[in-house]
Formats: sequence, structure tokens, C-alpha cells
Amino acid sequence: MMNRILLVIMIVLGLTAPFFAYPVFVMDLLCFALFACAFNLLLGYAGLLSFGHAAFFGGAAYVAGYALKEWGFPPLLGILTGTGFALLLGTVFGYLAIRRQGIYFAMVTLALAQIIYFLALQLPFTGGENGLQRIPRGELFGFIDLNNELAMYYLVLAIFLIGFGIIYRTIHSPFGEVLQAIRENESRALSLGYDVDHFKLMAFVISATLAGLAGATKALIFQFAALTNAHWQTSGEVILMTLVGGLGTVFGPVVGAITVASLSHELSSFGSWVQVILGVIFVFCVMVFRRGIIGELQHRLSRRKG
Amino acid sequence: MSMQVILAQALLGLNVGVFYAMLSLGLAVIFGLLNIINFAHGAMYMLGAFIALIGYSLLEQWFGISLQVGFWGSLLVAPLLVGLLGILIERTMLKRLADLDHIYGLLLTFGITLILQGLFANYFNVSGTPYPGQPESLSGVVNLGFMYFPTYRLFAIVFSLVVCFATWYFIEHTKLGSRLRAGVENPNLTQAFGLNVPLMVTLTFGFGAALAGLAGVLAAPIYSVSPLMGADLIIVVFAVVVIGGMGSIMGAILSGLALGLIEGLTKVFYPPAASTVIFFLMVLVLLFRPAGLFGKEK
Repeated sequence: MMNRILLVIMIVLGLTAPFFAYPVFVMDLLCFALFACAFNLLLGYAGLLSFGHAAFFGGAAYVAGYALKEWGFPPLLGILTGTGFALLLGTVFGYLAIRRQGIYFAMVTLALAQIIYFLALQLPFTGGENGLQRIPRGELFGFIDLNNELAMYYLVLAIFLIGFGIIYRTIHSPFGEVLQAIRENESRALSLGYDVDHFKLMAFVISATLAGLAGATKALIFQFAALTNAHWQTSGEVILMTLVGGLGTVFGPVVGAITVASLSHELSSFGSWVQVILGVIFVFCVMVFRRGIIGELQHRLSRRKG
Repeated sequence: MSMQVILAQALLGLNVGVFYAMLSLGLAVIFGLLNIINFAHGAMYMLGAFIALIGYSLLEQWFGISLQVGFWGSLLVAPLLVGLLGILIERTMLKRLADLDHIYGLLLTFGITLILQGLFANYFNVSGTPYPGQPESLSGVVNLGFMYFPTYRLFAIVFSLVVCFATWYFIEHTKLGSRLRAGVENPNLTQAFGLNVPLMVTLTFGFGAALAGLAGVLAAPIYSVSPLMGADLIIVVFAVVVIGGMGSIMGAILSGLALGLIEGLTKVFYPPAASTVIFFLMVLVLLFRPAGLFGKEK
């Protein structure tokens, strides 16, 4: 019930947002929201903490940007190329990372992601510290000019809703149920005959791919693939977004992404104090607010019902 | 390529290796008893270096105390302060997370990292401040027979090795160390024998943090002191820990040294790969020996 209300609110807000908010900012929020939802699928439902999701987000941004700029791909094909790269990368990283469990999993993903960061910094065609700049937005289907902010906005909204829909369907499928079973008790799921590693890898690949979709879309919006998108701090930010909104809730990451991204935006004039504040929120969430905003809301509602 | 260049890079690599060893040793000691990975380990290393820097040149300017803590003093004071911070963090925060999934410990220490890093980035240049307090007695170079090597770096290598092996000896060969190992093996039973396990946990975390602080002081005269110096290092150390496995103290030390050496040699043979070679080695280890070279999976 609550999810339906939230879904309606989200769609209405999404459709009307460009009329009362700065479209580019809302598009940025949508990218982070999709990124956080993709991350949440892995941590919230499969119980796997990836500390390297920036590799998919940032890596896809670079590949999409390169395809759009150097190969002259049309916008959708460019985004798909970036997303496809994230899928491949997710398969390789996932295959390696699921060989270790728990805390090691987090360290392995973090270290693997650092390879992508260094590649983005050092390869001759990535623009080093400047990133990949002046990526053309091009024309959607050959006739809708994406330099029009409104056209761009509704494309981004459509991409977000498709990505969100995929995640929603995944969570509420038998596959999603098995993931939650693995999260709750891995050895029991194994003894029930589920190929645990296979399920974990699938979850990892879906999550990485959608994180890549978000990153590739971001590159198109800002016409810029930035090195910071591939930095470990971005991996940390997406964890924070998910945590603030509510781990393992459908809408939590969306709320968390909006909260954290708006906060960073509002505080951007305070320089590195932003980092301190984000750190304090991190500590606060871990210590006393582990359910997150949506999780806490759900908890209160269900308690009131008795 | 001359033998001398290779040997020089190998020694410089070993110099990096002792820092890897000290940090991964601290991580392993903490992991053994608390089952958490201290993400803030890099920030504590940075903190150690900054305490040395502030103690040497900023006490008067910042706090109006006309006192200068030299390098030798910092070598004592910085680990103490960082260790105390560790104890404070363990007592006030980590303790409350002990019964939860261990990823919360990682997330908490990540938040602490952001706070520490952000605080120092407010007051210090991100590109680094040189530490002026390298003692006179350690300046210059020594003749090693086959090459000249900076005295200070040689000192840093020897000093770190002594600290690492002393820690190993303490844990593996003393009575107190055996109690610690009992706590790692079975905390409940150890507690039932009347040993104060919570106190052991707190002191262990403090000790691990102090090791990171000590490494920071040792690094200050070599690298410039910067708010980000720990962040980049700690991720490499994570890879070192995945390669070595955290089951053994000696394993953590040896893999740190070996990987520093390999990184140094990569700088000679194929410089562009120097920053990623350890990560690629981690991939190989994951493929062929997933539990790590010295690992016992927990």
C-alpha cells in the first residue's frame, strides 16, 4: 500500500519537476537515484557490500562518452555501449569478488575498482585529470534535439523509470526471494539446493549494469565524463545514499539520493566541510539510524497497525 | 639496465613495503579480535604524520604553546595520541556495533575517515606540506658498498622491521600474546577463564591504531604530509591483505614487504603499471588461491 502511494508520488513529481526545479539538477538527482537503487539491489537484497560501484558508474560514463564523441554514436546507442561495458566489467569483477565473503568482498571490490580509476587517469584517450569533455548530446531518434533541456529531461526520466522498473521486478520475483534467502542465511540457501554463487553473480551483474546505465546517462547530461565519478569516494557516496534512505527498501535509495545530493549541493560553498558533514551523517546513520528514512517510516507504520 | 638501478628501486620498494607491512599488520591484529576492517586505518596513518608536523612547526602558532616536539618526540607522542583516539572510537562506537553484521564496522570507520580527512583538508594543502623536522643525525646518505642510500630511508626500513617483528614476537611467543590468541580463537571461553576480553579488544584496537600513527610519523619526512596520503595507501593495503590473508601475523608482514618490493621493481621494468600491479596480483591470487597466500577463511 505504502509502496503504491510512494510510486504515484514519485511519478507525479518526476513528470512535473522541470516546471518548478532546475532541470539539470533534477536529472543529476535521477542518475544518482538510479545508481543508488542499483547498489541497493546488491547490498539491501543480496547482502553484498560492494565498495567499488564507482567503477561501473564512472567506467560506463567514460565508454559512453567516448562512443558519443569519437565514434559519433547516436545518444541511445552511446548509452547502451556504456551500459554494455558495465555489464562486461560487472561479470568479470563479480566473478572475482564472489570468491571471497563478507568483509573481504568489500575490500576486493574496492581494490578492483581502483584499477578502473587508474586506467581512467592514465590511458591516453581519457583526458587524465580533466576527464572526457565536450561530449555531444546529439539527436534522439535522429529528430529530437537533446540540447533542449526539456527533451533531455524526459529522456532521463524514461531511463530512470525503466531502470527502476527492472529493479522493482527483480526484487519482487522468485529470483529476488532467493537473493533475500541468501542474505539471511547463505548456508541454508545452499543446502536447499540453490546455486548460491550463481545467484550472487547474477545480482552483481544486474546491479553493475544498472549502475553503468546511470553513469552513461550522466555523461550525456553533463556532456562530461569526470574522473571523480570513478573515484572511491563516489562508491562511498552511493553507500551513504542507500543507508540514509533505507537499506533493502524499494524507495529508500531514491529518497536517500535526493537527500544526500541536495545536501552536497546546498553545502558546496563550504568546501571540504561537506566531506566532514557527510562523514558525520555516515556515523549517525550507522550508530542510531540504521533503518534509514523509508525503513523507519515503514517500521512505525507497521507497528501502529499492531 | 644496470644492476644498480634495479637494486636502488628494490630498496625504495622495500621502503614502501615496510609501510604496507606495518599497516596490514595493524589491520590483521584488529581483524583477528574484532572481525572488522578498520577503514580509518589510512586516516590514522595520516593523523600520525600531521601530529608530527603540527608538533614540530605549528604548536606556537595554533595553540600559543612555545614548545617544539621533534622527530624523536613525535615517534612516541603520535602513536600514543592516535592509539587513544582508537580506544575512544572503540569504546564509544565500535563496541555498540559488535553484535551486528560486520559491514557496519567498516561503514562506521569509513565515515570517520571522511571526517578526519575533511577536517585536515580544511587547514592543509591537499598537494602536501613537507615535514621539516627530519633529525640532523639521519640526514645525508650512507654507502652500502654497491650504492649510496639516504640514511633516513634506511633508518625507516630498519625501525619498521624491528617494530613489525617485535609485534610478531609479542603475539606469538609471550604469555600475554597467547591470551590474545586465545581471545581470537574463542572469545567466550577465554572470558569464562576470567580474562577480560572486552579490555583486550579495546587495547588491541588502540594498538593497531597506534601502529598506523607510527607509520605516519615515519612517512612524514619521506613523503609530503597531505590529508589524502592515507586514503590512496589504504586501498593498496586492502589488496595486500586480500593477497596475504589475515590469518597470520607473519603472513601480513611478509606479504607487505614482498608486495612493496614487487611494486618497486615494476617501476623499473614497466613504470605505467606500478600503481596497479598489486591489484592485478590480487586478481591472480583470487583466481588461483582464493583464501589468500597465508589465509584461513573466517
